[in-house]
Amino acid sequence: MKRERMAATAEQFRMAVGGRIDRGQRLSFTFDGITYTGHPGDTLASALLANGVHLVGRSFKYHRPRGILSAGSEEPNALVTVKRDWRRVTPNLRATEVELYDGLVAESQNRWPSLERDAASLNDRLSALLPAGFYYKTFMGPKGFGRVGRSAWKQVYEPAIRRMAGLGKAPIEADPDRYASRFAHCDVLVAGGGPAGLAAALAAAEAGSSVILADEQAEIGGSLLAETHIKIDGTPAWDWVGRTLQRLAGYDRVLLLPRTTVFGAYPDQMFGLAERISDHLAEPDPVLPRERLWQVRAKKIVLATGAIERPLVFPDNDRPGIMLAGAVETYLHRYGVLAGTRAVVVTACDEAYGVARDLAGHGVRVEAIVDVREEAGDGGRELVRTAGTRVIGNATVLGTTGRHRVSAVNVEFGRVRESLACDVVLMSAGWQPTLHLFSQMRGKLRWSDDEQALMPIASLENVHLAGAAARAGASVRAALGSGHAAGEAASKASGKSIAVASPPLADVDDRVEASPRPPARSARVADGRAFVDFQNDVTSKDIRLAAREGFRSVEHVKRYTTSGMATDQGKTSNVNALGVMAGALDTDLAALGHTTFRAPFTPVTFGTLAGSARGVLFDPVRRTPIDPSARERGAIFEAVGQWERARFFPRVGEDMHSAVARECRTARSSVGVFDASTLGKIEVVGPDAATFLDRMYVNGLAKLPVGRCRYAIMLNEAGFVMDDGIVARMAPDRFHVTTTTGGAARVLAHMEDYLQTEFTDLACWLTSVTEQWGVIAVQGPRARELLMPLVEDVDLSSSALPHMGLAEGRVLGVPMRLFRVSFTGELGYEINVPAGFARGVWDEIAKQAEAIGGALYGTEAMHVLRAEKGYIIVGQESDGTVIPRDLGLPMGAGKRDFVGKRSLARPDMQKTDRPGLVGLECVDDGGPLDEGAQLTQRPDPPAGTPASGYVTSSYASPLLGRPIALALVNGGRARMGEVLYAPMPVGARKVRVVAPVFYDPEGARLNA
Amino acid sequence: MLLIRCPFCEEERPEVEFRYAGEAHVVRAADPMGESDEAWAGYLYLRTNPKGWHAERWHHVHGCGRFFNAVRHTMSDRIVSTYKPGEARPEPDDAQGTGEAAR
Repeated sequence: MKRERMAATAEQFRMAVGGRIDRGQRLSFTFDGITYTGHPGDTLASALLANGVHLVGRSFKYHRPRGILSAGSEEPNALVTVKRDWRRVTPNLRATEVELYDGLVAESQNRWPSLERDAASLNDRLSALLPAGFYYKTFMGPKGFGRVGRSAWKQVYEPAIRRMAGLGKAPIEADPDRYASRFAHCDVLVAGGGPAGLAAALAAAEAGSSVILADEQAEIGGSLLAETHIKIDGTPAWDWVGRTLQRLAGYDRVLLLPRTTVFGAYPDQMFGLAERISDHLAEPDPVLPRERLWQVRAKKIVLATGAIERPLVFPDNDRPGIMLAGAVETYLHRYGVLAGTRAVVVTACDEAYGVARDLAGHGVRVEAIVDVREEAGDGGRELVRTAGTRVIGNATVLGTTGRHRVSAVNVEFGRVRESLACDVVLMSAGWQPTLHLFSQMRGKLRWSDDEQALMPIASLENVHLAGAAARAGASVRAALGSGHAAGEAASKASGKSIAVASPPLADVDDRVEASPRPPARSARVADGRAFVDFQNDVTSKDIRLAAREGFRSVEHVKRYTTSGMATDQGKTSNVNALGVMAGALDTDLAALGHTTFRAPFTPVTFGTLAGSARGVLFDPVRRTPIDPSARERGAIFEAVGQWERARFFPRVGEDMHSAVARECRTARSSVGVFDASTLGKIEVVGPDAATFLDRMYVNGLAKLPVGRCRYAIMLNEAGFVMDDGIVARMAPDRFHVTTTTGGAARVLAHMEDYLQTEFTDLACWLTSVTEQWGVIAVQGPRARELLMPLVEDVDLSSSALPHMGLAEGRVLGVPMRLFRVSFTGELGYEINVPAGFARGVWDEIAKQAEAIGGALYGTEAMHVLRAEKGYIIVGQESDGTVIPRDLGLPMGAGKRDFVGKRSLARPDMQKTDRPGLVGLECVDDGGPLDEGAQLTQRPDPPAGTPASGYVTSSYASPLLGRPIALALVNGGRARMGEVLYAPMPVGARKVRVVAPVFYDPEGARLNA
Repeated sequence: MLLIRCPFCEEERPEVEFRYAGEAHVVRAADPMGESDEAWAGYLYLRTNPKGWHAERWHHVHGCGRFFNAVRHTMSDRIVSTYKPGEARPEPDDAQGTGEAAR
């Protein structure tokens, strides 16, 4: 039994007033089994912080205690598993994005037995043994460990490492949720709903554009939701956000999408958006999908994606309680949460001074601001002058202390060393504009010393940057201005240019003028374990080691150290990694380049990408018009490409083997009825139809008489067999052509290609009629007797309708095209009737057949029957490298040209050792050979011996009472009588090469 | 997903309606049997595979069913024009396919 545990004190770090949470409602949730409370508007992270919980996870490699670093989607540490019910378990969610609901159950990851006491934290003590690239160095031997061919890595190390290192566990149960998908078009897509995005959307909407505004958070508003000082157009920022959203919602041409991440940019202005619809609800309506994929084609995009704050790299910078300065500010103003009571600010930029001022204003004791810059500007100091906060300039951070929560920061300045006690550390190395989408669109970035960030080298034609995405540290006033300008410009470029009102105006310009900042690499760092990539546990030492070992390309260093390769894709770490690397290589950051940004921006569930394309909807199933009847008769089906086909029709007490044997015997001795509706059918019509077909098939068809059929082989231009079928001439200018079941679309495209682009002199039209005809094959010595009473206007006698003849008439009153053709070697007919009548005709023929001792048969018996006769199946006896002669088929005679003819004259096609179709007889008394088995001249060929051929088809022949097989053997029929072997794991099978026709080689039964 | 203008439908349609059909302007000899083995092998197998503008065939397989030609830049995927078989191949200048204008 799990014990219910309650938190000791409730939300002791929640302020009495302030923030956008609804204090009127209390929500209860559990984290690692302990019950806490929070409010609507909280994220899991803000609610945990309100309850004083900083320790939320263990790191990937060293199992170090980790806390909440950020307040957004860039979070590398606070990954949790949310369990809604036993089937709905979602790992690796960022606590900073999980919206709180009543009853939410969350658990920490990658720890055992508990978060506080994690056995694998031993890894941290052993870190000297686990440097960058340790996979490649440490786990090499011993070779030949255990079973032959399996290394120690596979057997011992990898399973152990996989257990130890890692994130949450993937759920085991099938996903019970529904996922939706939608396509949309718009003039302007605005990514990000902060001040710049809102201003852009408003300007674009006013200008007449259709607008989609997508924001990844629950509430649209971005940084303004944590803004309490500024007024916009005379009203407080929060009111302005509300009014603006109302105005936008008033436009029919504007679509607002909160909880929606623009995760990817694709060619020709296509964007992938993931909308989270019901994960935030305590009791989601079961009719709601969980998530929705939007595929948006936008003429222009405004990137108002803001900026991501960079951590500072100093020893032990990863303890719980060490947070990004901007995140602490967000928790304060948006959620009414104090991240601690005693703070130290460690910074390389001025913005963090403002956070220190705000914290002090809310009663937090700010111990000191530790500025690591050699020369800090005055802008920051000015902000904290009235509060009298201590500023330590030109400082080096030596490290931090505290086991599960930071307790002090050790700094050095001048010759002084000092330990600053605290329970929260704010750090900031500056901001990097969020340019992931820009980079995905192949926009080029380069390090800018002026901006201290990666910045675009040149603009992109259809992209407008706004706000902090255009310039890190942009003030609200600047963001509103640039957003408005971007929205107006994007509209104009998309052809909508109604005059717009002037931009919204912030009452103060709060931008802290950037004082000179040191490049990230020169921030003074003491020796020690300074983390660069928190999620993958990569330290500055690891990156320096990679540089020492000779890695020079940023892409190589990324892969060797795994920096930037975790689920957060290095949102908080990439720039710092570049800085450390530039330092190690003593090169310029601009010259170093950067790693490629790839979609998705944040992880997207497989469910969202799959949408409704799963289960039976994954790939449409094609069924013949006779399908329902076969099901009623208990047929067992098999998938053949997209088709489902009846494989056999078992009677009571029969297994597949006995059912197939009975079906085969019945077709040979009486009559069998088979659904051949899946055959591809193309109607070729026109004055030049005969000439066209004559050029498309090996077999001459120009002189095929009306009322006759011909078996025909189609080659590709390289001379290889690509399809076969029956060409039936209905009239001088009309042919009914069949193709293999799987080849129908390919053959039509091939014919169209030549008709449209090579044989443009021919007047001829091609129509796919596969679905228009149902086809019933009636095969066996009593086929004529069965059909005689059912057909009208057709003389079935051999003199009137010989083998390969055709007739038009009626069957059971239904118009039909009747072909006398056989794929069994027996007297046979294929009845083509309009698809809508096929089932009725089938049912009556089936009834009459059974009345005279006949039977239905399925694809399995069809295969056996045709193999007994040595009839090939394209794709089984041919593999894309065989020519007609290899299969014992004609190579095309005379002077006429046809597709593939020239290739048949190439020297390779004349070789005598080409593969040739033969039959195989088992010399031993074993069962059928394995299809695909290789054939060799010795039973125990040494490794490396080339095979003499392989088995293409293999069945138990009920007729002959023994196994039969077809094979392609080098040299073909010249090797008749030779003994070969099929080496199998259980021992070699001994076979003899024989003719590929096992039954009625003279074909007497065909002409019966 | 690319947008491709079908010169027969005279409409820009998404890539999923089309199927790629290899390099364009590869001419099948009027008398294939008169071709040398070497020339014929070249026709079958040798393609230009350029880094830059490439004239290629597309099949509007889920649309009008027609084959047509397109000139696409193999670096940027930008399609500068589409045209009917038999029409002359346009010769775009290099700048149109590269650089930021790509997409």
